[in-house]
Amino acid sequence: MNQHIKAPMMQEDAKKLRSGDYVYITGTIYTARDAAHKRMYEALEKGETLPLDVRNNIIYYMGPSPAREGRPIGSAGPTTSSRMDKYAPSLLDLGLIGMIGKGKRSDAVKEAIIRNGAVYFAAVGGAGALLSKSIKASEVIAYDDLGTEAIRKLEVEEFPVIVVIDSEGNNLYETAIEEYKTL
Amino acid sequence: MRTIDVAEITEAIKEMCIEANHFLTSDMDDAMKKATTTEKAPLGRQILCQLQDNLQIASEDMIPICQDTGMAVVFMEIGQDVHFTGGVLEDAINEGVRRGYVDGYLRKSVVKDPLIRENTKDNTPAIIHYEMVSGNQVKITVAPKGFGSENMSRVFMLKPADGIEGVKNAIMTAVKDAGPNACPPMVVGVGIGGTFEKCALMAKKALTRPVNEHSDIPYVKELEEELLDKINKTGIGPGGLGGTTTALAVNINTYPTHIAGLPVGINICCHVNRHAVRIL
Repeated sequence: MNQHIKAPMMQEDAKKLRSGDYVYITGTIYTARDAAHKRMYEALEKGETLPLDVRNNIIYYMGPSPAREGRPIGSAGPTTSSRMDKYAPSLLDLGLIGMIGKGKRSDAVKEAIIRNGAVYFAAVGGAGALLSKSIKASEVIAYDDLGTEAIRKLEVEEFPVIVVIDSEGNNLYETAIEEYKTL
Repeated sequence: MRTIDVAEITEAIKEMCIEANHFLTSDMDDAMKKATTTEKAPLGRQILCQLQDNLQIASEDMIPICQDTGMAVVFMEIGQDVHFTGGVLEDAINEGVRRGYVDGYLRKSVVKDPLIRENTKDNTPAIIHYEMVSGNQVKITVAPKGFGSENMSRVFMLKPADGIEGVKNAIMTAVKDAGPNACPPMVVGVGIGGTFEKCALMAKKALTRPVNEHSDIPYVKELEEELLDKINKTGIGPGGLGGTTTALAVNINTYPTHIAGLPVGINICCHVNRHAVRIL
């Protein structure tokens, strides 16, 4: 089913999304990948506040290539989500409503998704040029020294993603593969 | 004896880094196009069509095909009658990578130390493999390698008794474990034989062989065909979201090995299997 959603997103809207839905996101999302997650996690461990309020927000696991003059961003596709598995449950428990990446997640992340009524989306890996066209503005809001790994605030329009793990824990990576398996 | 100024190498490598990150080679391009017509899953076809759009935007607007513009792997096949002047060859290669990544708006993805992890900010150093060959030419292959798929690559030190079935199982295990993480449809590079490091290097080099060419060795060609067929029956599909196009090719290289061993290296590459080749 095709769905159009706004970001940030309320939990009741996240719960309406089903594994396999094709979703277009419009609004504000944030980027963070390995190094930014490590820093946020360490900040939480020290009892410090995060540079962004994750509540009801969507984090895109992405580190762009540099923008050419006059463009908001360079190539901007998803990175492998499993590297963020160590950090994701803490953020979900703080109210993070969605994650965009690619690839498998751990059981701990899946449980945190269910516990918090959140959702895990996949964007098409290796489609960074195409996906950059749905990003209208980009601004570094924290950890500027991390370069491509800094936290960016993105304004997106009809950004195309697919629901992989929904709030009930259904996982498209497991169900879709079974459908076409002929071994 | 032929003299080549290393400045020529620098310039070539700079251009090749930019070229490889914006344009697929024609064999990869053809394979990706063909997949849109053979994929059975509707979502799989949709993803493959998006990847077609992505390739078009990349080449027309000069936006890298993928934001992970890779760590630059450079194969240098140097004719032994060549003499380099004007500087140190290794420095010239790294300078080419530096200029390509800085001037070409490519992402800088290299950290100076694997544990301290400070970005070098110019994507150097490259991973350079030198090979001395006959003649007076230099063949340069620049293959920027993304790490989504690199992380899913494996080396198996099998026993001779594991035989060809052991090799098949190793390859299938690597591909299944990789699944959606490696951005399928993938290209699977395999090195069988040699030593621990030789099989990995053969696997890496196998990724630079055109996807429409097979091994010259009849049983290896059969193995490539059989494994491609089997991989495409796993159901993993484009983006790992189900389908019949999980791999575009399985390229296998072999080498003599020790009486006690059967090393198998499997280097997985995503659908952005990049490389540029030039002969100077």
